[in-house]
Formats: sequence, structure tokens, C-alpha cells
Amino acid sequence: MIPFFVTAFVAFLFYLVLVVGSGSVLFWSTEEITAGVIIGLVTGILCRKIFCKSEDYRMLNPVRLIQIIFYLCGPFLVELTKANFDVAYRVITGRIRPGIIRLRSGMKSPLAMTMLAHSITLTPGTLSVDVDEKTHDLFIHVIHLDEGVEKKEALEAKEVFSYMDIPKWIRRIAE
Amino acid sequence: MIADTLILIFLAIGLVFNALGVIGLLRFPDVYTRLHASTKATTFGSIFLFLGVVVFAISQYLGTSDSQYLMVITHTIIAMFALAITNAAGSHAIARAAHRNGQKPQQAVVDKLAEAGL
Repeated sequence: MIPFFVTAFVAFLFYLVLVVGSGSVLFWSTEEITAGVIIGLVTGILCRKIFCKSEDYRMLNPVRLIQIIFYLCGPFLVELTKANFDVAYRVITGRIRPGIIRLRSGMKSPLAMTMLAHSITLTPGTLSVDVDEKTHDLFIHVIHLDEGVEKKEALEAKEVFSYMDIPKWIRRIAE
Repeated sequence: MIADTLILIFLAIGLVFNALGVIGLLRFPDVYTRLHASTKATTFGSIFLFLGVVVFAISQYLGTSDSQYLMVITHTIIAMFALAITNAAGSHAIARAAHRNGQKPQQAVVDKLAEAGL
């Protein structure tokens, strides 16, 4: 029963976001709100097993959701900007020294692993290629390795980011 | 007036980064480095294009107070998140498939994934 209500509520909220500005009850018209309720119920019936697969509702905590927004607007944006200027420099000069290295993620839950892998792909000159399911290690392709890094057995997750402690943020949000 | 200037600046930055992504796609030697160019540069460039749209919609909303421009803003922001997430997931899938298929990273100084033999 809980998965059904959670899915229906999230679908309803998402529908409201999509049709914002349609009428005069706050921002919505009564027709759109009625349609949202019906669509939310149908979605809840159909998708409750997919959406709440892990039966773990900690991501419904509003504090975590607000932290995601802060994370995206703060540390993530800084790293994204820096990574893009780095890639722009590599594109123009062609100075690359690529390699695939092992990265100890230190994350336990699948959601945190996903967030870390996505953040790694979008940020600092690195691209996640594969994941070791047993040890939760990530294999990442780095576009420019510094001298000597390739001799190390594995890197810690925060060593690939330059300014911000991204793994700490992700651990705080998703674990 | 300020809105017009801001839109132009955002569009220019976005187009520059998207163009750099295309140049990198043509210039880099193998699939992994090309993915670097195509994911990072296009995501960042597209974020600026989206910001241009958001600024346009806000200025129109303040000028006309027509509530349909709110919908433009929310749809643009949702599209931005969808693009960032699918871009990262898609590039990960392509890189993993390429490595399983036996594509070796060219000019690579180290390949720990081949050593691990997963």
C-alpha cells in the first residue's frame, strides 16, 4: 500500500509541475488538478513495483531533496565549469595522456554509486567505464593523467575532484 | 534590454561549448576520448542554451504576466535535468559496451580494467 501512495503522490506532483500556469487556483486550473489526480492513481497502480523496487523511502526526506538542489547548484556546478574549460583546452591543444584507472568509491547503496558515477562522467575530465559489483570500485577513463598516477593501485574517490569534496556530499545525500 | 543582452551572451557561450564538443568529436583518437568531448561539452553548452530560454521566459512573464511562460520555465528545467542524467548514463553505457567489445583505449598509459579482467 505504501508503494502505491508514494508513486501516486510523486506522479501527481510531477504532473502539477508539467502543467503549471494553466489556471487560477494558485497556478493550476481545477480540470488539470482533477486530471493529475486520475493520472497519479493510474500511475500508482501500474508503476508501484518499479518505482519503489528497493522498499526504501529515505529519499522522500525533504532535507535530502533540498540538499540535492544545493549540491547541484554549488559544488557540482563549480566542478562542471572547471571540467569544461579543461576539456575545451584539451580539444584545442590536443594534449592528452589517457588511461583507465581504478577508483575506490566507498559507497554502499546503488543510488549513491549511480550518483557518483554520473557526477564523475559529467565532471573532471573523467568518464566512468565499468563497475566492480563486489568491491564497489569504479573503473574510470581519465583524459589526462598526471605523471606517476598510473603506477598507483587505486585512487580514492575524492582525489579525482579538484576543489570540492563531492563524495562527501553524495554520501550525505544518498546514504 | 538587459534580458536581450543576457540571452545573447548565454546563447554565445552555449554555442561555443557545443561547437567545441563537435570539434573534439572529430579530433580525438578513440571512442573514450570522443565521449569526453561529446558528453561534457554538450551538457555544459546545452545548460547555457536552456538558461537563455529561461531568461527569455522570465522577461516575457514579467512583461505580460501571461502564466503560460511559467510552463516554459518548468519544462526547460525538466529538460535540462533529463539531458544531464541521460547524457551521463548513455555515455557510460557506450563506454562499457566498447570496452567489452575489445576496443582498446589508444595512447593509453594504463588500462586497469583490462588487467582486472572483468
